[in-house]
Amino acid sequence: MTSELPDTRNRLIAEYALRLGDDALVLCQRLCAWVTNAPTIEEDLALSNIALDLLGQARTLLAFSGRSDGTNRSDDDLAYRRTEREFRNALLLELPGGDFAFTIARQLAYTHYTSLLYGQLAASADEGLASFATRAAKEAEYHCLHASQWTVRLGLGTEESHRRMQSGLEHIWPYAAELFEADDLTTRLDTEGTAVAPAGLRAAWEREVTGVLTEAGLTVPAPSWQATGGRSGVHTEVFAPLLAEFQSVFRQYPGGLW
Amino acid sequence: MDTDQVRARVETVPDPELPMVTLADLGVIRSVREDADRVVEVVVTPTYLGCPALPVMEADLRTVLAECGHPDGRVTWALSPAWTTDWISERGREQLAAHGIVPPGDAGAPLPVRLGLGRPCPNCGSVATRPLGPFGSTGCQTILVCTACRESFPHMKAV
Repeated sequence: MTSELPDTRNRLIAEYALRLGDDALVLCQRLCAWVTNAPTIEEDLALSNIALDLLGQARTLLAFSGRSDGTNRSDDDLAYRRTEREFRNALLLELPGGDFAFTIARQLAYTHYTSLLYGQLAASADEGLASFATRAAKEAEYHCLHASQWTVRLGLGTEESHRRMQSGLEHIWPYAAELFEADDLTTRLDTEGTAVAPAGLRAAWEREVTGVLTEAGLTVPAPSWQATGGRSGVHTEVFAPLLAEFQSVFRQYPGGLW
Repeated sequence: MDTDQVRARVETVPDPELPMVTLADLGVIRSVREDADRVVEVVVTPTYLGCPALPVMEADLRTVLAECGHPDGRVTWALSPAWTTDWISERGREQLAAHGIVPPGDAGAPLPVRLGLGRPCPNCGSVATRPLGPFGSTGCQTILVCTACRESFPHMKAV
């Protein structure tokens, strides 16, 4: 018997899991840069704990993707042995640090998106995705609470914190739109009840986020453009240095184990 | 050792981060059983996907299986149903409280409100407590502060 090619459906599921896993992995790396630099020690702990949750989610998704696509690549293989063009994260997650308000603006957009996404994905017909999402949705709820509270605090804080929070929102808004981009893969998997087409989450996301921004006295941005490219591996110029740093230890000590 | 004896031994393994409670008390151990191929399998549910203690839990369980005469025993992670703090046993809750960690409330309850009455302070008993930081020294804890005695204290968050 010759070895079988993995069937198309499994490869699509693997690609879908890879996107979600890459989002979590890349944002984890960005959040880690805040450790020891956050405004308070409690915030150091909060951001590093959120990063740790994202790392756990990324590892679960990447390992699942490697099993599903028939290559049997591990989470480490996928995190450390891929090049820039092979990453499928949305561009929002790779944008460089900025100030604390920018980070909170990105957290607000991403956590409300994942909270809604994982909440629905928990009902996926695919057991692997469903069990991951059931767990991850609970974690996302806390991340949402954290981002929303900070948004209100900064929005209603001082003139300067309000200005920075609004500016962070203006910066990330065109990138947040990419999270809801429609394409054949998610449409097809959504139709068969396996994945969640992100476009369908947009209205609920806008309602939730607008609620927080209103409470914070902030204005919902109205950008004139929308980012795209991350899902097909076309990244911004800041991504290569991020990946180089992220993969440096693995490349310096090939085959090294803990 | 037969499966029942192995189960009894597995149920004594402490949590690596909160050693005052066992993995069984936390509700992390889902089952200990012998498969058709006579391999003993321990099924565990992760608390949080990114919990850094997960590899240690697995290693500790493997060690115990080997000590019980099952060096080929398996440790399997099951994500579904998702772990909830509602699975923490009464003994586990008492142990947490005895070590100054306020045990979690009902997992179905809404997330903490910004103002109002909080979990009772383990130092003075006042309920005039409020959230200080959403995450504590481990991912499963949050930090509260008591406005009466000014002490801060950890609380295991309900999930």
